[in-house]
Amino acid sequence: MKELMTANEALAYGAYLGGVKVGAAYPGTPSTQIMEKFASFPGVHAEWAPNEKVAMDVGIGAAFAGTRALVSTKHVGLNVAADSLFYAVYTGMNAGLLIACADDPGMHSSQNEQDSRNYAKFAKAPMLEPSDSEEARQFAATALEMSETFDTPVIVRFVTRTSHSSSVVDVDPTAVPPPPKEPKPYKREIAKYVMVPGNARRRHPVVEERIRKLREYAETTPLNRIEPGDDRLGIVAAGAVYQYAREVFPEATYLRLGMVYPLPEKLIRDFAGRVKKILVIEELDPFFEEHIRLLGIEVAGKAVFPLIGEFSPSLIRQAAVKAGLLPAAASSPSPSPAPALDIPIRPPILCAGCGHRGMFTVLKEAGVVVMGDIGCYTLGAASPLEALHFCGCMGASIGVAHGMDKGGIPDRHVAVIGDSTFFHAGLHPLINVLYNQGKTTTIIADNGTTGMTGHQHHPGTGHTLQRQPTIKVDLETLVRGMGFGKVDVCDPNEMDAFRKILEDHLKSGEASVIIARRPCALQSRERKTPPRIDPDICLNCGACLDIGCPPLVQEENYVSINEALCTGCGLCVQVCPAEAIRQEAV
Amino acid sequence: MKKIDYLLAGVGGQGTILASRILAGVGLEMGYDVKTAEVHGMAQRGGSVESHVRWGEKVYSPLVEHGRADYLIGFEMLEAARWLAYLNKNSVTLINRFSVPPPLVTLGKAKYPSEKDIENLLLSAGGKVKWLNATEMAEEAGNQAMAGVVLLGALSNLVGGGREIWLGVIKGLVPARFAEMNQKAFLAGAGAGR
Repeated sequence: MKELMTANEALAYGAYLGGVKVGAAYPGTPSTQIMEKFASFPGVHAEWAPNEKVAMDVGIGAAFAGTRALVSTKHVGLNVAADSLFYAVYTGMNAGLLIACADDPGMHSSQNEQDSRNYAKFAKAPMLEPSDSEEARQFAATALEMSETFDTPVIVRFVTRTSHSSSVVDVDPTAVPPPPKEPKPYKREIAKYVMVPGNARRRHPVVEERIRKLREYAETTPLNRIEPGDDRLGIVAAGAVYQYAREVFPEATYLRLGMVYPLPEKLIRDFAGRVKKILVIEELDPFFEEHIRLLGIEVAGKAVFPLIGEFSPSLIRQAAVKAGLLPAAASSPSPSPAPALDIPIRPPILCAGCGHRGMFTVLKEAGVVVMGDIGCYTLGAASPLEALHFCGCMGASIGVAHGMDKGGIPDRHVAVIGDSTFFHAGLHPLINVLYNQGKTTTIIADNGTTGMTGHQHHPGTGHTLQRQPTIKVDLETLVRGMGFGKVDVCDPNEMDAFRKILEDHLKSGEASVIIARRPCALQSRERKTPPRIDPDICLNCGACLDIGCPPLVQEENYVSINEALCTGCGLCVQVCPAEAIRQEAV
Repeated sequence: MKKIDYLLAGVGGQGTILASRILAGVGLEMGYDVKTAEVHGMAQRGGSVESHVRWGEKVYSPLVEHGRADYLIGFEMLEAARWLAYLNKNSVTLINRFSVPPPLVTLGKAKYPSEKDIENLLLSAGGKVKWLNATEMAEEAGNQAMAGVVLLGALSNLVGGGREIWLGVIKGLVPARFAEMNQKAFLAGAGAGR
């Protein structure tokens, strides 16, 4: 039976059928649906961990215990989990550990476009890369087998265009996971699992020997193969890029790599021997290119295709035409020139009714420097709010704000971090502010969910990934427990109250926490009567437009409210200096 | 079996992902190989979004190439105009007469182009442009969020597949309590697209 699935879903399906019983992840675009899908299968335990490092340790622990496990993450999450990945390569597994890592070339929803293939080489872990959903399903099973055969975690790499592309998958509706074959009991092996220097020194040669064996495996595995065609051009490609290349160069001979680390040297030499010219087409870093060049083989790669950004068939064709590899006629010109028309950009914006808008409006008015973090509230940097001045990575806001304090910044400043991000990486830097006698005010923007990735649960929501009710970690109790004496909770869209608390905290000169709590507008779906703007009273001053709320529209001589988009949150009523915006009492 | 490439363009939250899944499901039912590409995450917060759907004997890339889209389905006028580069002289654009002004426009810092200007821009590629009041029709069918299903109804007249297939796929993809409403929206689009 054929079914359409994204590669995220197909990998989860393959992992389930491959007998994986434990999964752990932190949500992150484009990887989120891997764990969401896995959680939907019967008889598995799947969890949202507070961050990727915790998820990785959970996966490793399950594998130690003899149960196949799945850890999924976006590319930058692997940075967070890297410490654990590196020890796991030394200790080895017991049962199979599959790590799915999704890169985001083009940065659809990320702060950088790091190429995770480098992690495979760096950590000395094998890496596979499927090019569509059916391969994602198959590679899950292969990765689990490899993990057990070679006693190593195995990484399966995706990019956004595999993760979020649907294609046909062979589905057997009657298939169920195999009963566990030989139980793999956990054994207390101190020399293997306790990575003190004396033991780790004995494990490092094991790691190097394993990579040597994996390189041999790479020579013969059907994951890597030569697809014969016209031998005048040989193309080396993997993953989504292989599919693009197939569209642009249908006739060429291909070296299709399903295993992207370690690389098969003999197979590459064989390939080089049978084609006249080699073209390496790969997104981001020249990972294959450099490796092949080190074998003394001449290739064209980054000289033709960009180092930066996401590829597409169009981009590959254009670059190939420019390099003289394809005739220019391949692209058909428009019959008439397009008329000049200004098409205004449409960037993502905070939703109508969002509590972050009230928070940023007050922060902007107070003139404070805002060290931000990763989440919907990063959009506070966008015009017209422009009220967030830093965003680096998960959890960086608080440490950076504390550092600015110690560095002697004269400006009043705060850290802003979302609730899910706070549980991810905010606890340690917050403890640090207290411990090292800082005076930073930290605002936890608490919308009660993981907003940007699509409303996933976290330790503060009271539910698990598999919808089980559970303990709800209370933020106020938590930060008071750390030792914070100055803690307030407030709805940031109640601007007067929030303003008063903010000023009080900034004046106090002590380390403090404000929990700016308002449920995500998309989740609460709370709707009140939209306010009305009286055009006769409206001064057309633009004060309401400055909050950047989607329903507010500049008309000829006044501002109006698009009632279809308005949630009736009343924020605009509070910022109008002329009292032209009125809302019926509810 | 000839290839058919679709591009669905809209504003985050307008339902382009659901529409692309319906379109993909119909292609599969008709015996095509099918691939799609969607955008999730940050761009969904009211930003520009596009979905690619490709039908063919054997489809490699999930992304449509510039100048090779057979159908552009614009959920919003400005978003349709944004994807001109994908059109050619045989392309058909189905465009919803509906605008969501982007921030620069609501702030009074940029102008929303006129319907005529958008049409002229799309026609410069040499293909056809068909207008539809899909949001209005969706609202009549019960909810304006179903504009995409109305557009698919109109599209079904152009690419075949038969009512049963389309309605069956829609029924399988929307929550049961909305199935009837979506069927109504689809049929309204199919009626208007003739």
